[in-house]
Amino acid sequence: MAGMGTAVEVSGLRKQYGATLAVADVSFRVDEGEIFGLLGPNGSGKTTTVECVQGLRRADDGRISVFGLDPGRDTSRVRRIVGTQLQDSALPDRLRVAEALRLFSAISPGGPPWRQLLDEWGLATQRNTAFGDLSGGQQQRLFVALALVADPKLVVLDEMTTGLDPAARRVAWDLVDAVRARGTTVLLVTHFMDEAQRLCDRLAVVVRGTVIARGTAAELISSQLHDHVVHFTVPPSTDVTFLSRVRGVSGVDAEGGAVRVHGSGPLLARVAHALVERGLEPDDLTVETPTLEDAYLALTTAGTGAEGGP
Amino acid sequence: MRALRAMTWVELKLFAREPVTVLFLLVLPLVILYVLNGVFGSQPDPTVWEGQPPVDFYTPSYVALTAATAGILSLPVHLAGYREQGVLRRFRASAIRPATLIGAHMVVAGALATAGALLLTVVSWIGYDVALPEDWLGVLLAYLVVILAFTALGGLLGLAMPTARAAQGLGVLLFFVFMMLGGAGPPKEALPTSLQHVADVVPVTHAGAMLRHPWLYSDWDVGATAVMLLILVGSVALTAWRLRHEEAR
Repeated sequence: MAGMGTAVEVSGLRKQYGATLAVADVSFRVDEGEIFGLLGPNGSGKTTTVECVQGLRRADDGRISVFGLDPGRDTSRVRRIVGTQLQDSALPDRLRVAEALRLFSAISPGGPPWRQLLDEWGLATQRNTAFGDLSGGQQQRLFVALALVADPKLVVLDEMTTGLDPAARRVAWDLVDAVRARGTTVLLVTHFMDEAQRLCDRLAVVVRGTVIARGTAAELISSQLHDHVVHFTVPPSTDVTFLSRVRGVSGVDAEGGAVRVHGSGPLLARVAHALVERGLEPDDLTVETPTLEDAYLALTTAGTGAEGGP
Repeated sequence: MRALRAMTWVELKLFAREPVTVLFLLVLPLVILYVLNGVFGSQPDPTVWEGQPPVDFYTPSYVALTAATAGILSLPVHLAGYREQGVLRRFRASAIRPATLIGAHMVVAGALATAGALLLTVVSWIGYDVALPEDWLGVLLAYLVVILAFTALGGLLGLAMPTARAAQGLGVLLFFVFMMLGGAGPPKEALPTSLQHVADVVPVTHAGAMLRHPWLYSDWDVGATAVMLLILVGSVALTAWRLRHEEAR
């Protein structure tokens, strides 16, 4: 999990384009070796934030440190230790896979041999395929390989699964895990909840240019949603009213034989215990754990009020 | 330097995979040579073309036009397309400086234009018996300034144009103005006075003159040289300013 040092530290970041305030106040810290997520709806300032981190844009205010370097001043040194997969970027259509890898490794020497990356990222059979002829998943694989060409300490992945089909998304997720497994810190930008929950060790939720919550997915969920739901089925005439006296239970709905028990704490264990005591052993006893998506919706509709974002 | 070399090699291959661009730069000058020779014949006319045989007068102008076409048409379309597709962003994030990319494009466009110019001169010599340069070194030096100036201008246009389509529109417009009024079309003396004034500010007019003087007279057109150097220095300065400005967004 988290390594020893701090990879990225952003505090009080602010960036304005003309009259539009893209980033109002963003602060977060990324530990070395973790996958850190910036989660938020489209247009919330996530991309601007990571562009400032990479020195592609100048922040109007705030401090950024990338492994101790300031991207505003040590721009070229920062770009050398940060690998990147950018949103809305591409390569020339007629550029072939092997040519792209050879070009990028010639320009940023110091990384692994490009042929090794070609094999490692499953691109060997596409080595002579032009960029324009690659599938979306293959393009992403090439982008990840290119991001690693200079053996970076940090990799920024911006909306890497947008536009990919479900199978290709799974493959892309495995790629992110593989990047971290080789010891590289990952800063992931996404608007997909399942992706953030599946991949990120910790994350920051950004809405309208402001961080409104921070923590692990589990922390975010438990800070927002205390209610769990346990459900099971019993023969229709069974009396289950005794469940409302179980500690932590806040309500019981029984419709026909389908029972839903609302409450907090270790609800499943307590309900199961009470049921077994009464000689009831339903074989479909399950608990609905709230997902990050539920927490996100609670977060964004409560305080700031999010708009848009699929 | 290592980056520029790698980038240039890749860009050269990419250019070669676009047969239409290559064809345009290599074949179009020959078509113009063929057509205009058919129109003007081979007899010198004391009232136009500085009293020279048409092919002797025109060949340096065609060379200038080829250099201009590579610079203001094919280079900006390519570069603006890179911006449009996000290629520029991708390269910038990987520590490839835009100046390196523009430099690579200039080298490639320059190489292609030079191939076109050589082909044109050889065909003009074999087919139409054009006078070979009086002062080879002078012509080479003049050509170097001309190609640098036009490709630098192209780099600036490519940076300033938001899309490939816009760059194409502007490039084609400039191409026709350059061809018709830059001394590669009707003789300047045949133009109405107002258009003659326009011809005086068209860069190809000066590029043609700069090449023609060492080619035919073994001398040097100082005014034309000044104009071409001004285009070169101005384009480089504006490009540098624009890149600095973009970097600080």
